[in-house]
Amino acid sequence: MQMRTIEISVGAFVLAGFLALVVLVVQVSGVTLTMSPDTHRLLAEFDDVAGLRVRAKVSMAGVTIGRVSRIDVEPSYGVAIVEMEINDRSWPLPVDTGARILTEGILGARYIGLMPGADEEVLEEGGYITDTQGALVLENLIGELVTRLGAS
Amino acid sequence: MIDLIRGVGIGALDRLGSLGNATILWLTALSGLPRRGDLALLARQIYTIGVLSLVIIVLSAFSIGAVIALQFYVQLSRFGAEEAVGLGLAMVLLRELGPVVTALLFAGRAGSAITAEIGLMKSTEQLSSMEMMGVDPLHRIVAPRLWAGLLCMPLLTAIFNVVAIYGGMVVAVHWLGSDPGGFWSGMQDTVEVWEDLGKGMIKSVIFAVVVTWIAVYQGYATEPTAEGIGLSTTRTVVMSSVMVLALDFLLTLGMYGDFN
Repeated sequence: MQMRTIEISVGAFVLAGFLALVVLVVQVSGVTLTMSPDTHRLLAEFDDVAGLRVRAKVSMAGVTIGRVSRIDVEPSYGVAIVEMEINDRSWPLPVDTGARILTEGILGARYIGLMPGADEEVLEEGGYITDTQGALVLENLIGELVTRLGAS
Repeated sequence: MIDLIRGVGIGALDRLGSLGNATILWLTALSGLPRRGDLALLARQIYTIGVLSLVIIVLSAFSIGAVIALQFYVQLSRFGAEEAVGLGLAMVLLRELGPVVTALLFAGRAGSAITAEIGLMKSTEQLSSMEMMGVDPLHRIVAPRLWAGLLCMPLLTAIFNVVAIYGGMVVAVHWLGSDPGGFWSGMQDTVEVWEDLGKGMIKSVIFAVVVTWIAVYQGYATEPTAEGIGLSTTRTVVMSSVMVLALDFLLTLGMYGDFN
Protein backbone atom coordinates (compact mmCIF):
# COMPACT_ATOMS: atom_id res chain seq x y z
CA MET A 1 0.00 0.00 0.00
CA GLN A 2 1.36 3.39 -0.97
CA MET A 3 2.10 5.69 1.95
CA ARG A 4 0.20 8.44 0.20
CA THR A 5 -2.99 6.40 0.02
CA ILE A 6 -2.67 5.52 3.68
CA GLU A 7 -2.21 9.12 4.67
CA ILE A 8 -5.18 10.25 2.60
CA SER A 9 -7.47 7.60 4.03
CA VAL A 10 -6.30 8.30 7.58
CA GLY A 11 -7.01 11.99 7.07
CA ALA A 12 -10.44 11.21 5.67
CA PHE A 13 -11.14 8.86 8.58
CA VAL A 14 -10.18 11.42 11.21
CA LEU A 15 -12.25 14.08 9.46
CA ALA A 16 -15.21 11.70 9.21
CA GLY A 17 -14.90 10.97 12.93
CA PHE A 18 -14.98 14.62 13.87
CA LEU A 19 -17.78 15.25 11.42
CA ALA A 20 -19.74 12.48 13.12
CA LEU A 21 -19.17 14.19 16.47
CA VAL A 22 -20.46 17.46 15.05
CA VAL A 23 -23.53 15.70 13.64
CA LEU A 24 -24.17 14.14 17.04
CA VAL A 25 -23.91 17.51 18.78
CA VAL A 26 -26.01 19.48 16.31
CA GLN A 27 -28.52 17.01 14.93
CA VAL A 28 -28.98 14.61 17.83
CA SER A 29 -28.51 16.83 20.87
CA GLY A 30 -30.26 19.70 19.13
CA VAL A 31 -27.73 22.33 20.09
CA THR A 32 -28.32 25.27 17.82
CA LEU A 33 -25.10 27.08 17.04
CA THR A 34 -26.82 30.42 17.36
CA MET A 35 -27.90 29.60 20.91
CA SER A 36 -30.51 32.22 21.60
CA PRO A 37 -30.04 33.39 25.19
CA ASP A 38 -33.16 35.51 24.82
CA THR A 39 -35.37 33.69 27.25
CA HIS A 40 -37.52 35.17 29.94
CA ARG A 41 -37.87 33.84 33.43
CA LEU A 42 -41.30 33.12 34.78
CA LEU A 43 -42.33 31.56 38.08
CA ALA A 44 -45.41 29.64 39.12
CA GLU A 45 -46.56 28.00 42.33
CA PHE A 46 -48.21 24.60 42.17
CA ASP A 47 -49.69 22.57 44.98
CA ASP A 48 -48.49 19.36 43.28
CA VAL A 49 -46.18 18.93 40.30
CA ALA A 50 -46.35 15.11 40.39
CA GLY A 51 -43.22 14.15 38.55
CA LEU A 52 -42.68 17.23 36.45
CA ARG A 53 -39.01 17.38 35.52
CA VAL A 54 -36.48 20.02 34.72
CA ARG A 55 -36.32 20.54 30.94
CA ALA A 56 -39.96 19.60 30.55
CA LYS A 57 -41.88 21.46 27.87
CA VAL A 58 -43.84 24.61 28.48
CA SER A 59 -46.46 24.88 25.81
CA MET A 60 -49.29 27.12 24.79
CA ALA A 61 -51.97 25.99 22.36
CA GLY A 62 -49.89 22.88 21.78
CA VAL A 63 -46.80 24.78 20.70
CA THR A 64 -43.65 24.52 22.78
CA ILE A 65 -42.67 28.00 23.85
CA GLY A 66 -40.24 27.27 26.66
CA ARG A 67 -38.79 24.83 29.17
CA VAL A 68 -38.88 24.22 32.88
CA SER A 69 -35.53 25.36 34.23
CA ARG A 70 -35.88 24.72 37.96
CA ILE A 71 -38.21 23.09 40.45
CA ASP A 72 -38.02 23.94 44.13
CA VAL A 73 -40.23 23.20 47.05
CA GLU A 74 -41.24 25.87 49.53
CA PRO A 75 -41.31 23.87 52.77
CA SER A 76 -43.25 26.32 54.92
CA TYR A 77 -46.25 26.35 52.58
CA GLY A 78 -45.72 22.97 51.05
CA VAL A 79 -45.93 24.18 47.49
CA ALA A 80 -43.67 23.61 44.52
CA ILE A 81 -42.18 26.62 42.81
CA VAL A 82 -41.44 26.05 39.15
CA GLU A 83 -39.17 28.32 37.19
CA MET A 84 -39.68 28.43 33.43
CA GLU A 85 -37.79 29.96 30.58
CA ILE A 86 -40.03 31.36 27.88
CA ASN A 87 -38.71 32.05 24.39
CA ASP A 88 -38.41 35.63 23.33
CA ARG A 89 -40.81 35.16 20.42
CA SER A 90 -43.70 34.27 22.72
CA TRP A 91 -43.01 37.09 25.12
CA PRO A 92 -44.70 39.04 26.73
CA LEU A 93 -47.61 37.08 28.17
CA PRO A 94 -50.74 38.63 29.68
CA VAL A 95 -50.77 38.90 33.45
CA ASP A 96 -53.79 36.61 33.80
CA THR A 97 -52.12 33.73 31.95
CA GLY A 98 -52.95 30.42 33.61
CA ALA A 99 -50.69 27.42 34.05
CA ARG A 100 -51.67 23.77 34.32
CA ILE A 101 -49.62 20.65 34.64
CA LEU A 102 -50.67 18.23 31.93
CA THR A 103 -49.63 14.80 30.76
CA GLU A 104 -48.69 13.78 27.24
CA GLY A 105 -51.02 10.93 26.45
CA ILE A 106 -51.94 8.67 29.34
CA LEU A 107 -48.50 7.54 30.37
CA GLY A 108 -46.44 10.32 28.86
CA ALA A 109 -44.23 12.94 30.42
CA ARG A 110 -45.61 15.84 32.43
CA TYR A 111 -45.47 19.28 30.91
CA ILE A 112 -46.82 22.72 31.64
CA GLY A 113 -49.66 24.04 29.55
CA LEU A 114 -50.17 27.79 29.59
CA MET A 115 -53.68 29.10 29.04
CA PRO A 116 -53.71 32.48 27.36
CA GLY A 117 -55.09 35.39 29.28
CA ALA A 118 -56.88 38.47 28.02
CA ASP A 119 -55.50 41.21 30.24
CA GLU A 120 -53.74 44.17 28.67
CA GLU A 121 -51.17 44.15 31.43
CA VAL A 122 -48.26 41.78 30.81
CA LEU A 123 -46.13 39.63 33.11
CA GLU A 124 -42.76 41.04 33.93
CA GLU A 125 -39.43 39.21 34.01
CA GLY A 126 -39.40 36.77 36.93
CA GLY A 127 -43.07 37.38 37.60
CA TYR A 128 -45.47 34.87 39.16
CA ILE A 129 -48.30 33.17 37.36
CA THR A 130 -51.09 33.25 39.90
CA ASP A 131 -53.73 31.18 38.18
CA THR A 132 -52.28 27.68 38.49
CA GLN A 133 -53.63 24.19 38.67
CA GLY A 134 -51.46 21.29 39.81
CA ALA A 135 -51.29 17.87 38.32
CA LEU A 136 -54.16 15.47 38.65
CA VAL A 137 -52.88 12.64 40.81
CA LEU A 138 -54.78 9.46 40.17
CA GLU A 139 -54.43 8.18 43.74
CA ASN A 140 -56.02 11.35 45.14
CA LEU A 141 -58.92 11.11 42.72
CA ILE A 142 -59.54 7.50 43.62
CA GLY A 143 -59.24 8.34 47.32
CA GLU A 144 -61.79 11.07 46.98
CA LEU A 145 -64.14 8.83 45.07
CA VAL A 146 -63.89 6.15 47.74
CA THR A 147 -64.65 8.57 50.59
CA ARG A 148 -67.61 10.04 48.68
CA LEU A 149 -69.01 6.63 47.94
CA GLY A 150 -68.54 5.69 51.59
CA ALA A 151 -70.34 8.81 52.77
CA SER A 152 -73.39 8.41 50.57
CA MET B 1 -1.35 -28.83 52.12
CA ILE B 2 1.40 -26.32 52.73
CA ASP B 3 2.62 -27.08 49.21
CA LEU B 4 -0.81 -26.25 47.83
CA ILE B 5 -0.88 -22.92 49.60
CA ARG B 6 2.67 -22.28 48.44
CA GLY B 7 1.60 -23.09 44.90
CA VAL B 8 -1.22 -20.58 45.12
CA GLY B 9 1.24 -18.05 46.48
CA ILE B 10 3.73 -18.65 43.69
CA GLY B 11 0.97 -18.37 41.12
CA ALA B 12 -0.30 -15.14 42.63
CA LEU B 13 3.16 -13.59 42.79
CA ASP B 14 3.79 -14.68 39.22
CA ARG B 15 0.57 -13.08 38.04
CA LEU B 16 1.24 -9.96 40.03
CA GLY B 17 4.72 -9.76 38.56
CA SER B 18 3.58 -10.01 34.97
CA LEU B 19 0.68 -7.66 35.70
CA GLY B 20 3.19 -5.14 37.01
CA ASN B 21 5.48 -5.68 34.04
CA ALA B 22 2.58 -5.24 31.63
CA THR B 23 1.50 -2.05 33.37
CA ILE B 24 5.03 -0.68 33.16
CA LEU B 25 5.17 -1.75 29.52
CA TRP B 26 1.85 -0.08 28.80
CA LEU B 27 2.79 3.14 30.57
CA THR B 28 6.25 3.33 29.01
CA ALA B 29 4.84 2.69 25.58
CA LEU B 30 2.21 5.34 26.10
CA SER B 31 4.64 7.87 27.52
CA GLY B 32 6.78 7.50 24.41
CA LEU B 33 4.66 10.17 22.84
CA PRO B 34 4.81 9.94 19.06
CA ARG B 35 7.58 12.21 17.85
CA ARG B 36 7.46 13.94 14.53
CA GLY B 37 9.31 11.19 12.72
CA ASP B 38 6.91 8.56 14.02
CA LEU B 39 3.90 10.02 12.30
CA ALA B 40 4.27 7.53 9.48
CA LEU B 41 4.17 4.64 11.97
CA LEU B 42 1.15 6.15 13.68
CA ALA B 43 -0.60 6.77 10.37
CA ARG B 44 -0.11 3.14 9.37
CA GLN B 45 -1.61 1.94 12.66
CA ILE B 46 -4.56 4.34 12.43
CA TYR B 47 -5.07 2.95 8.96
CA THR B 48 -5.05 -0.65 10.20
CA ILE B 49 -7.07 -0.07 13.36
CA GLY B 50 -9.36 2.74 12.30
CA VAL B 51 -9.84 2.90 8.56
CA LEU B 52 -9.98 -0.85 8.01
CA SER B 53 -12.49 -1.18 10.88
CA LEU B 54 -14.86 1.25 9.20
CA VAL B 55 -16.64 -1.34 7.10
CA ILE B 56 -17.44 -3.63 10.03
CA ILE B 57 -18.38 -0.63 12.23
CA VAL B 58 -20.70 0.88 9.63
CA LEU B 59 -22.36 -2.44 8.80
CA SER B 60 -22.98 -3.45 12.40
CA ALA B 61 -24.04 0.09 13.35
CA PHE B 62 -26.63 0.18 10.60
CA SER B 63 -28.16 -3.16 11.51
CA ILE B 64 -28.10 -2.47 15.24
CA GLY B 65 -29.77 0.91 14.77
CA ALA B 66 -32.34 -0.59 12.45
CA VAL B 67 -33.21 -3.46 14.76
CA ILE B 68 -33.50 -1.23 17.85
CA ALA B 69 -35.77 1.16 15.98
CA LEU B 70 -37.89 -1.76 14.80
CA GLN B 71 -38.31 -3.22 18.29
CA PHE B 72 -38.95 0.15 19.90
CA TYR B 73 -41.49 0.99 17.24
CA VAL B 74 -43.42 -2.24 17.64
CA GLN B 75 -43.58 -1.99 21.43
CA LEU B 76 -44.10 1.76 21.71
CA SER B 77 -46.83 1.91 19.08
CA ARG B 78 -48.98 -0.20 21.39
CA PHE B 79 -49.09 2.83 23.68
CA GLY B 80 -49.32 5.28 20.84
CA ALA B 81 -45.86 6.58 21.68
CA GLU B 82 -44.05 5.98 18.37
CA GLU B 83 -42.60 9.46 18.69
CA ALA B 84 -40.33 8.20 21.45
CA VAL B 85 -38.53 5.88 19.02
CA GLY B 86 -35.94 8.51 18.12
CA LEU B 87 -35.39 9.44 21.72
CA GLY B 88 -35.00 5.84 22.90
CA LEU B 89 -32.71 5.00 20.01
CA ALA B 90 -30.41 7.96 20.63
CA MET B 91 -30.25 7.35 24.39
CA VAL B 92 -29.48 3.65 24.07
CA LEU B 93 -26.82 4.29 21.44
CA LEU B 94 -25.07 7.31 22.91
CA ARG B 95 -25.04 6.04 26.45
CA GLU B 96 -24.52 2.31 26.08
CA LEU B 97 -24.45 0.49 22.79
CA GLY B 98 -22.24 2.87 20.83
CA PRO B 99 -19.23 2.67 23.15
CA VAL B 100 -19.78 -0.98 24.10
CA VAL B 101 -20.23 -2.49 20.66
CA THR B 102 -17.39 -0.42 19.24
CA ALA B 103 -15.16 -1.62 22.08
CA LEU B 104 -16.12 -5.25 21.44
CA LEU B 105 -15.32 -4.94 17.74
CA PHE B 106 -12.14 -3.08 18.63
CA ALA B 107 -11.08 -5.88 21.00
CA GLY B 108 -11.65 -8.46 18.29
CA ARG B 109 -9.78 -6.57 15.60
CA ALA B 110 -7.06 -4.54 17.26
CA GLY B 111 -6.65 -6.07 20.71
CA SER B 112 -6.01 -9.56 19.40
CA ALA B 113 -3.44 -8.24 16.92
CA ILE B 114 -1.53 -6.38 19.64
CA THR B 115 -1.42 -9.51 21.81
CA ALA B 116 -0.26 -11.74 18.99
CA GLU B 117 2.50 -9.37 17.95
CA ILE B 118 3.87 -8.78 21.43
CA GLY B 119 3.52 -12.45 22.29
CA LEU B 120 5.42 -13.52 19.20
CA MET B 121 8.11 -10.93 19.75
CA LYS B 122 8.53 -12.07 23.30
CA SER B 123 8.63 -15.79 22.57
CA THR B 124 11.15 -15.36 19.75
CA GLU B 125 13.31 -13.16 21.97
CA GLN B 126 12.84 -10.29 19.57
CA LEU B 127 12.13 -7.89 22.39
CA SER B 128 15.54 -8.47 23.93
CA SER B 129 17.41 -8.62 20.62
CA MET B 130 15.85 -5.38 19.46
CA GLU B 131 16.96 -3.81 22.69
CA MET B 132 20.45 -5.12 22.10
CA MET B 133 20.44 -3.59 18.64
CA GLY B 134 19.57 -0.28 20.20
CA VAL B 135 16.02 -0.18 18.80
CA ASP B 136 13.33 0.40 21.37
CA PRO B 137 10.61 -2.15 20.55
CA LEU B 138 8.12 -0.34 22.73
CA HIS B 139 8.66 2.84 20.86
CA ARG B 140 8.53 1.28 17.43
CA ILE B 141 5.98 -1.47 17.80
CA VAL B 142 3.76 -1.03 20.82
CA ALA B 143 3.43 2.74 21.20
CA PRO B 144 1.96 3.48 17.75
CA ARG B 145 -0.65 0.76 18.29
CA LEU B 146 -1.70 2.08 21.66
CA TRP B 147 -1.92 5.67 20.50
CA ALA B 148 -3.78 4.70 17.37
CA GLY B 149 -6.22 2.70 19.52
CA LEU B 150 -6.85 5.54 21.96
CA LEU B 151 -7.41 7.93 19.08
CA CYS B 152 -9.54 5.65 16.92
CA MET B 153 -11.97 4.41 19.55
CA PRO B 154 -13.85 7.68 20.20
CA LEU B 155 -13.91 8.48 16.49
CA LEU B 156 -15.21 5.02 15.63
CA THR B 157 -17.81 5.36 18.39
CA ALA B 158 -18.99 8.68 16.99
CA ILE B 159 -19.27 7.22 13.50
CA PHE B 160 -21.05 4.17 14.92
CA ASN B 161 -23.60 6.36 16.69
CA VAL B 162 -24.33 8.50 13.65
CA VAL B 163 -24.72 5.54 11.32
CA ALA B 164 -26.90 3.67 13.82
CA ILE B 165 -29.19 6.65 14.35
CA TYR B 166 -29.61 7.09 10.62
CA GLY B 167 -30.15 3.34 10.28
CA GLY B 168 -32.88 3.60 12.88
CA MET B 169 -34.34 6.55 11.06
CA VAL B 170 -34.51 4.62 7.80
CA VAL B 171 -36.53 1.92 9.53
CA ALA B 172 -38.75 4.10 11.73
CA VAL B 173 -39.43 6.95 9.33
CA HIS B 174 -38.97 5.67 5.80
CA TRP B 175 -40.19 2.16 6.28
CA LEU B 176 -42.65 2.13 9.18
CA GLY B 177 -43.91 5.63 8.50
CA SER B 178 -43.22 7.25 11.84
CA ASP B 179 -43.28 11.04 11.78
CA PRO B 180 -39.80 12.48 11.01
CA GLY B 181 -40.50 15.65 13.00
CA GLY B 182 -41.36 13.66 16.09
CA PHE B 183 -38.39 11.38 15.56
CA TRP B 184 -35.85 14.20 15.55
CA SER B 185 -37.48 16.66 17.94
CA GLY B 186 -38.11 14.01 20.59
CA MET B 187 -34.41 13.20 20.36
CA GLN B 188 -33.22 16.81 20.40
CA ASP B 189 -35.46 17.75 23.31
CA THR B 190 -33.98 15.19 25.65
CA VAL B 191 -30.44 14.36 24.56
CA GLU B 192 -27.88 16.55 26.28
CA VAL B 193 -24.42 17.22 24.94
CA TRP B 194 -22.45 16.47 28.07
CA GLU B 195 -24.81 14.18 29.94
CA ASP B 196 -25.38 11.75 27.07
CA LEU B 197 -22.86 12.36 24.31
CA GLY B 198 -19.91 13.45 26.44
CA LYS B 199 -20.20 10.68 28.98
CA GLY B 200 -20.56 8.11 26.22
CA MET B 201 -17.34 9.38 24.68
CA ILE B 202 -15.57 9.16 28.04
CA LYS B 203 -16.74 5.58 28.27
CA SER B 204 -15.23 4.80 24.90
CA VAL B 205 -11.86 6.26 25.95
CA ILE B 206 -11.92 4.18 29.13
CA PHE B 207 -12.75 1.08 27.09
CA ALA B 208 -9.86 1.82 24.76
CA VAL B 209 -7.51 2.02 27.75
CA VAL B 210 -8.82 -1.25 29.20
CA VAL B 211 -8.69 -3.18 25.93
CA THR B 212 -5.17 -2.07 24.98
CA TRP B 213 -3.98 -2.72 28.52
CA ILE B 214 -5.36 -6.26 28.54
CA ALA B 215 -3.89 -6.84 25.08
CA VAL B 216 -0.42 -5.74 26.17
CA TYR B 217 -0.66 -7.77 29.37
CA GLN B 218 -1.72 -10.93 27.58
CA GLY B 219 0.99 -10.50 25.00
CA TYR B 220 3.58 -10.01 27.68
CA ALA B 221 2.44 -12.89 29.89
CA THR B 222 2.12 -15.36 27.03
CA GLU B 223 3.64 -18.86 27.08
CA PRO B 224 6.50 -18.76 24.60
CA THR B 225 4.96 -21.41 22.33
CA ALA B 226 2.74 -21.33 19.26
CA GLU B 227 -0.10 -22.72 21.35
CA GLY B 228 0.51 -20.14 24.06
CA ILE B 229 0.21 -17.26 21.65
CA GLY B 230 -3.06 -18.60 20.31
CA LEU B 231 -4.34 -18.99 23.84
CA SER B 232 -3.30 -15.45 24.80
CA THR B 233 -4.99 -13.99 21.75
CA THR B 234 -8.23 -15.76 22.60
CA ARG B 235 -7.90 -14.65 26.19
CA THR B 236 -7.47 -11.03 25.14
CA VAL B 237 -10.74 -11.05 23.24
CA VAL B 238 -12.64 -12.90 25.97
CA MET B 239 -11.24 -10.86 28.84
CA SER B 240 -11.67 -7.57 27.00
CA SER B 241 -15.27 -8.36 26.17
CA VAL B 242 -16.14 -9.39 29.70
CA MET B 243 -14.32 -6.42 31.19
CA VAL B 244 -15.98 -3.98 28.79
CA LEU B 245 -19.44 -5.32 29.57
CA ALA B 246 -18.90 -5.41 33.33
CA LEU B 247 -17.21 -2.02 33.36
CA ASP B 248 -20.03 -0.57 31.29
CA PHE B 249 -22.52 -1.47 33.97
CA LEU B 250 -20.35 0.04 36.70
CA LEU B 251 -19.69 3.18 34.65
CA THR B 252 -23.39 3.58 33.95
CA LEU B 253 -24.14 3.24 37.65
CA GLY B 254 -21.48 5.80 38.49
CA MET B 255 -22.35 8.26 35.74
CA TYR B 256 -26.13 8.10 35.79
CA GLY B 257 -26.46 6.92 39.39
CA ASP B 258 -29.76 8.51 40.33
CA PHE B 259 -32.41 6.82 38.28
CA ASN B 260 -35.27 8.30 40.26
